[in-house]
Amino acid sequence: MKRKMAVLLTGAMVMATLAGCGGGDTAPAAETTAPAAEAEAPAAEEAPAEEEAPAAEEEAPAEEAEAEAPAASGETIKVGIINNDPNESGYRTANDKDLKATFTAENGYEASFAYSMKNDEQITAAQKFIQDGVDYLLLSAADTAGWDSVLMDAQDAGVRVILFDRTIDADESLYEASIVSDMDKEGETAVNWLADQGLENYNIIHLQGVMGSAAQEGRSGALQAKVDAEANWNLVTQQTAEWNAENAQQIVQSVISSGEEFNVIYAENDDMAKGAVAALDAANISHGVDKDVIVMGFDCNKWALEELLAGNWNYDGQCNPFQSSYIDEVIKTIESGGTVAEKTIIMDEKGFDAKTITQEDVDNYGI
Amino acid sequence: MANNETAKTANAGFLKNLVKNQCFIPIAALLLLAVFNLIADPAFFKITLGYNSAGNPVLSGFLIDILNNGSELAILAIGMTLVTAASGGQDISVGAAIAIAGSVVLRVLCGTNARPETLQAPIIVAFLAACVVAMLFGAFNGVLVAYFKIQPMIATLILYTAGRSIAAWINNNELPVISAPEFAYFGNFIPGIPIPTPVFIAVACMIVIAIILKVTNLRLYTQAVGINQSSSKLNGLNPEMIKVLAFVILGLCVAVVGLIKVSRISSINYSVIAKDIEMDAILAVALGGNALSGGKFNMAASIIGAYVIQCLTTTLYKVGVSSTALPAYKAIVVILLVVVSAPTVREWFSTFTKKMKLKGEVA
Repeated sequence: MKRKMAVLLTGAMVMATLAGCGGGDTAPAAETTAPAAEAEAPAAEEAPAEEEAPAAEEEAPAEEAEAEAPAASGETIKVGIINNDPNESGYRTANDKDLKATFTAENGYEASFAYSMKNDEQITAAQKFIQDGVDYLLLSAADTAGWDSVLMDAQDAGVRVILFDRTIDADESLYEASIVSDMDKEGETAVNWLADQGLENYNIIHLQGVMGSAAQEGRSGALQAKVDAEANWNLVTQQTAEWNAENAQQIVQSVISSGEEFNVIYAENDDMAKGAVAALDAANISHGVDKDVIVMGFDCNKWALEELLAGNWNYDGQCNPFQSSYIDEVIKTIESGGTVAEKTIIMDEKGFDAKTITQEDVDNYGI
Repeated sequence: MANNETAKTANAGFLKNLVKNQCFIPIAALLLLAVFNLIADPAFFKITLGYNSAGNPVLSGFLIDILNNGSELAILAIGMTLVTAASGGQDISVGAAIAIAGSVVLRVLCGTNARPETLQAPIIVAFLAACVVAMLFGAFNGVLVAYFKIQPMIATLILYTAGRSIAAWINNNELPVISAPEFAYFGNFIPGIPIPTPVFIAVACMIVIAIILKVTNLRLYTQAVGINQSSSKLNGLNPEMIKVLAFVILGLCVAVVGLIKVSRISSINYSVIAKDIEMDAILAVALGGNALSGGKFNMAASIIGAYVIQCLTTTLYKVGVSSTALPAYKAIVVILLVVVSAPTVREWFSTFTKKMKLKGEVA
C-alpha cells in the first residue's frame, strides 16, 4: 500500500509540474513584470515634480478628463495590456509578440501583461491594473459586454483606455481610441480580387468559419452579396468548417465525390484552405496560379504565404495583427497634448496575389 | 402444420434475438442512413479508382470518405467504451489529449526548428514518445478517478481545460509544418495502395482489441468492476488498477488518433484539432447501446456507432444542409438514436411486446 501511494504521489507531482509549466507560459509573465512596474512607480512619481511646468502646459489644450490625469508623462509610460490567450491562434501569437516588441523599456514603456479568454478574468485584471496606477490600459476584450463600470473606474482614476483588435459595447467617451480590423473590408478586397480574375463562371466552394464570429460574418458577407448580385457567380456549397482543416477536407471531398464542377475555393482562413487543398491533391485536381481551381485563404500565416510564393494557392487576405504601431502613435499623440482625430482607427490590410508576392512580403507579413 | 408452427416460432425467436442484440440499433441506424442516401442519390455508393496529384492510385467515393474519416472516432470509441464500462463515467479530455499527442509527435520530428528540411527523428520514435505521454496523461486521469474517487467527468475536466495550452507549450507556441512526404502516409495514402491508411490503422486497432478481449480477462474484469466495485474487490480483483488500466488504454488510442490527425495535414492547430471529438466518442458509446453508467459493454456496437456518426456527418455534408442548420439536424437524429438505444427504453419496449403477446394469447 505504501509503495502504491508513493508511486501515486510521484505520478501526481510529475503531472502537477507539467500542468504548471503549461500555464507557466503565460501567467507568471504577468506576475514577474508587475513587481517591476511597481518598483518603477516611485521614480515616475518623482519625475513630474521636476517637469511639472512643461507638463501642465502641454496638457492645457487637451480634453476635460485630462485635468484629473496624473502627470506621469515623465520618462516611462506605464501600460497595462489585457489580451486573449496567445495560444488561441497563430494570429494571437503574432499579436502578442508584436505588442511585446513595441512596449519595451527602450521605447519608454513599462508594460504589464494579463491574458485571459474569459471576460470576468479580464475585468479583474483591468481593476488590478487601475489600482496599480497604470497610465494606459490596452484592451482586447474577450466579450463585448460588461465593460462599462470598470471603464468608468478607469476614467475616474485617470487611466486612459485604448481598445485594440476587438470593440466593446460601451460609450465612446469611455475610451480614447479603438484600433480594429474591418472584416467587411477584408471580404470586399478578396471578392474584388476574385472578380478581377475574369473567369467566365464562378463556381465556388465556400468554407466558412465558426458561425457568428466577426471574421466569418465579414468575409462571408462580401461573397454572399456578390453571389446574389451576379448571375455567373454561384455557390456549389456553403458550409461551416469551423476554422478546421479536417472539416474543410471532408466538405471538399464530399463535393468532389458528388462530381459537381467547381473552380474556386473561398476558405475563410488558411487552415481550411489547407484542408481543401489536401482534398484536391487526393483527387488529382490542379490548383494554384493558372490551374483549374483558384484557392483563397485568409490570415496570412507564414506557411500559407509560402504556398502562394510556390504558386499552389492564389490569394491570401491579411487580418492585421500588428496593432502596436497604431497604439504607439495614439499614445504619442495624447502624450504630446494632441487629440486623436478619429476614435475608430481601421488598420491597413493587404491582400496578396500569388503572381505578385515576394519573399520579402512573406518575411514581413507572415505570422 | 406442426412443422409450419415451429418454423414460425423459430423465425420469431430469430427476430427477437436480432432486436435484442446490442448491435441491432446502430446497424439499423446505418441501414436507415444508407436507404435514405440510396433514395436521395444512388451515386452515394459509387466508388471510383482514380489517381492523386502524385500519380498514385486512390479510391474515392462517399463510402471511402466515411471509412476514412470515421477511423479516428472508431479508435477512440474502443478506449472510451472501456473507460465507460469500468468507471461508469466518461473522459472528456480526449480532444485536448489528442492535441498533446499530436504536438509531441511534431516536436520530436521537428527538433528545435519549427520547419525542418528533414525529419529530426524516425517517425516510430515520435509515435512512441506520443504513446508514452498520452498514456501518462491517461494514467493521471485514471488515478484521479480510481484512487481519489473524483467523478470521471470532473477529473478529466482538468486536462480538458489545460490540454490545448500544454500542447501549444510543447512546441513553444509555434506551428510546425512537416514537408517530408512519408509523414503524410499515416493520414492519407501509402503510394501504390489505393485504400486510405487510417482505415488500416483502425482495422489493426480493432483486431488488437478483439484479441485482447478474447484471450485475456480484460472484458470480465472491466465489467465486474463496472457492475459492482466492492463485490469485484471481494472476489480478489483490484478495481482501482483496472480503472487506471482503462484510462491508460484510452491514452494509447489517443496517441494513435493524434498521429493520424497531425499526419492528415502535416501540421497542427492547437485550438481546433480534434475539437469536440470527445462528445462524438461518448455518443458512439451511447449509440452502441452501452449503459453510460458502466458495467456490461459491447465493443463492436460502439465501433459501429462511431461509423454511424461519421455516416451522418458525411450525409449532411453531401445533402448540403445550410451551415447554420447543420447542428440542429444532427441533434435531432442523435436524440432519436440515443433515446431508441437507451437501455431503459429497450427494456420498456421488451416488456411492452411481452404484454402484447400475453394479451394475444389470452384472446
